[in-house]
Amino acid sequence: MDRYSVFVPRLITSKEYFAPGHRACIGCGEALAVRHVCKALGKDVIIANATGCMEIVSSALPTTTWRVPWIHSLFENTAAVASGIESGLKVLQRKGRGPDKKVTVVAMGGDGSTCDIGLQALSGAMERGHNFIYVCFDNEAYMNTGIQRSSATPFGATTSTSPAGKKGIGQVTWKKNMPAIAAAHAIPYVATACPSYPFDLFEKVKRAKEIEGPAYIHVFSVCPTGWRSAPELSVKLGRLAVETGVFPLYEIVHGEYKLSMDCSPLRPLVEYTKVQGRFRHLTEDVVQQIQERVVKNYADLQKKASG
Amino acid sequence: MSKRVGMEASFAIAEAAKLAETEVVAAYPITPQTHIVERLSEIVADGELDAEFICVESEHSAMSACIGSSAVGARTFTATAGQGLELMHEVLYVAASSRLPIVMAVANRALSGPLNVWGDHSDVMATRDCGWIQYFTENAQEAFDLTLCAFKIAEAPEVLFPLMVHLDGFHVSHVVEPLYLLEKEEIAGFIPPLRYPFPLDPRKPVTMGAFAPPVLYTESKKALEVALRSTKETILRVWKEFGDAFGRYYNPVESYRAEDADTLLLAIGSFTETATVAIDTLRDRGEKVGLIRLRLWRPFPFDEVRAALRSAQQVIIFDRAISLGGPGGPLCSEIKSALYQEPKKPKIVSFIGGLGGRDITPQQFEQMFARCRELIDKKIDVEYETIGVRE
Ligand SMILES: Cc1ncc(C[n+]2csc(CCOP(=O)(O)OP(=O)(O)O)c2C)c(N)n1
Ligand code: SF4
Ligand SMILES: [Mg+2]
Repeated sequence: MDRYSVFVPRLITSKEYFAPGHRACIGCGEALAVRHVCKALGKDVIIANATGCMEIVSSALPTTTWRVPWIHSLFENTAAVASGIESGLKVLQRKGRGPDKKVTVVAMGGDGSTCDIGLQALSGAMERGHNFIYVCFDNEAYMNTGIQRSSATPFGATTSTSPAGKKGIGQVTWKKNMPAIAAAHAIPYVATACPSYPFDLFEKVKRAKEIEGPAYIHVFSVCPTGWRSAPELSVKLGRLAVETGVFPLYEIVHGEYKLSMDCSPLRPLVEYTKVQGRFRHLTEDVVQQIQERVVKNYADLQKKASG
Repeated sequence: MSKRVGMEASFAIAEAAKLAETEVVAAYPITPQTHIVERLSEIVADGELDAEFICVESEHSAMSACIGSSAVGARTFTATAGQGLELMHEVLYVAASSRLPIVMAVANRALSGPLNVWGDHSDVMATRDCGWIQYFTENAQEAFDLTLCAFKIAEAPEVLFPLMVHLDGFHVSHVVEPLYLLEKEEIAGFIPPLRYPFPLDPRKPVTMGAFAPPVLYTESKKALEVALRSTKETILRVWKEFGDAFGRYYNPVESYRAEDADTLLLAIGSFTETATVAIDTLRDRGEKVGLIRLRLWRPFPFDEVRAALRSAQQVIIFDRAISLGGPGGPLCSEIKSALYQEPKKPKIVSFIGGLGGRDITPQQFEQMFARCRELIDKKIDVEYETIGVRE
């Protein structure tokens, strides 16, 4: 076992492409996820980044956290920018100009930028079949602008625009199934991942890199600030999300579902909800309602994966 | 040698983009721009141009994809009109502040609502301040010539600004006209290969589009403004080089029978051609009238405009756009502000017309001259008058 602990760190490059010194909050799961994704991508990459926490914490002029070529332009157009990058590289390399090596084109955005305002641009880019990876860092709300709800905010969560109150229970809609939407474009690779499982995340990014055509990775990113959870719990919360079945890890390769790990029997949902301020107002009934939905969704997923 | 052909202006623009060896086209169809991109997609499909044609799902994505392809150093072209230009709006500013030499043809179109696909300058005026170089063309020949020049200007290392080539929707875009096309051999060397100085490239990582906190935003905007103004030198140089090589010269401000005129009409776009007919008629009657056509819109040619209008007693400004609840004609308010500090300035009369594709006849231009005289003689002060409106 001690050999193992010597060996494992070597599996991951010590190089940092998302350099330290950025301004993310303590315990930010999204920054951790970006850092791991960048390590898995390596240096031969061009990244287009949407407006959001990760852009803001990494790029205050005249400083930058990025050690790879990186462009930010707007909130909702990242997939389109990546389309242009990919097409531009294609024609330049065909003509013997531009980078001499294969370059991976990556678009990154938060859940707001991906599931809401940038969904059209993403759908267009996936439909056109650009050879690129889209990574959604899902912290389940618009964090950069102060914790407003998105279509990826889970049922029952209180946010600044879906506040729990005397009448309201917080968010009253169920989380949009973005990986299924991506898969509906018949793209070759879709996966969910979480930085609490770094090796799984690495492998998925690498697979996405190797596959020709659009790949979509949906990364669960704990946000202690927005979720009102303890910063030191971020990695653990990611695991709890997976083990309770709230955020299962799976791949959809050419339309075939594959569970990355089977977590059944699922841990009870309350273990996950009780440590987060955004769920603290929920009554047992509501937690039970969510629990039932989680179990059903997980069973559906298992069915798809076995099928 | 250059050959004289009959061709629709839209196709002429596509030919220019082909001759310039455009590498990426990202576009979304909208009347009256469609013929430009349809023709370009045929050119690419026929293998006449080694380019990537990205059939994006919106104009917002068209301009965003242009940002991406231009940022890796590929020569990039697109075209749009009216609502499409509006949908691009926020992206236009980023293209300019990122100093990406994207060339875009805009077939000027009215803005909804009510929906109207025909020409006017509402779209131009709404994107006036986005930081692009912008100029107007009046016929197929100009559209062709000035699209070619656009690449050379935009990509010049001292420029690196995106550039809009405006042409009036339908009145220019859809009209078949005789024009001289240039051959590949003739144009060889006129547009040097694009060498974007800091492309996105893993061999030399750059960060593009970092955000500017209050301590830096003013400086970055000011730098952009200074840089945009200074592009005029290159614009003039390229137009001169083009004229010397191919015999057709272009200027920021051009005039027609304006010498010794006491009354000038100033306008932009294709209606200036109609106006020349009115000028001829009035000149035949002995009236001292002339025409000033503004070609360069951004950077605004202050000196040339002032010089052109200096000796006139009155100037009629004809706008094909309306600033709702504001000063009336947006072109007029720009000209007024350019002249305000001048010690001696002409009286200004503002007319708005030709909205949403409505024609303006030579007779109506004659009426503007008559009405201008009347307003001034009777000392009637109006913000603006609308030509041909049924009330
Ligand atoms: C067109 C437009 N609308 C709204 C905004 C404001 N805005 C910037 S970032 C953001 C939320 C980002 O949320 P998400 O994509 O989930 O990223 P996160 O900050 O949570 O990582 C919003 C609403 C904007 N920049 N542009
Ligand atoms: S608000 Fe959340 S996502 Fe944003 S930097 Fe802080 S912890 Fe990270
Ligand atoms: Mg978010």
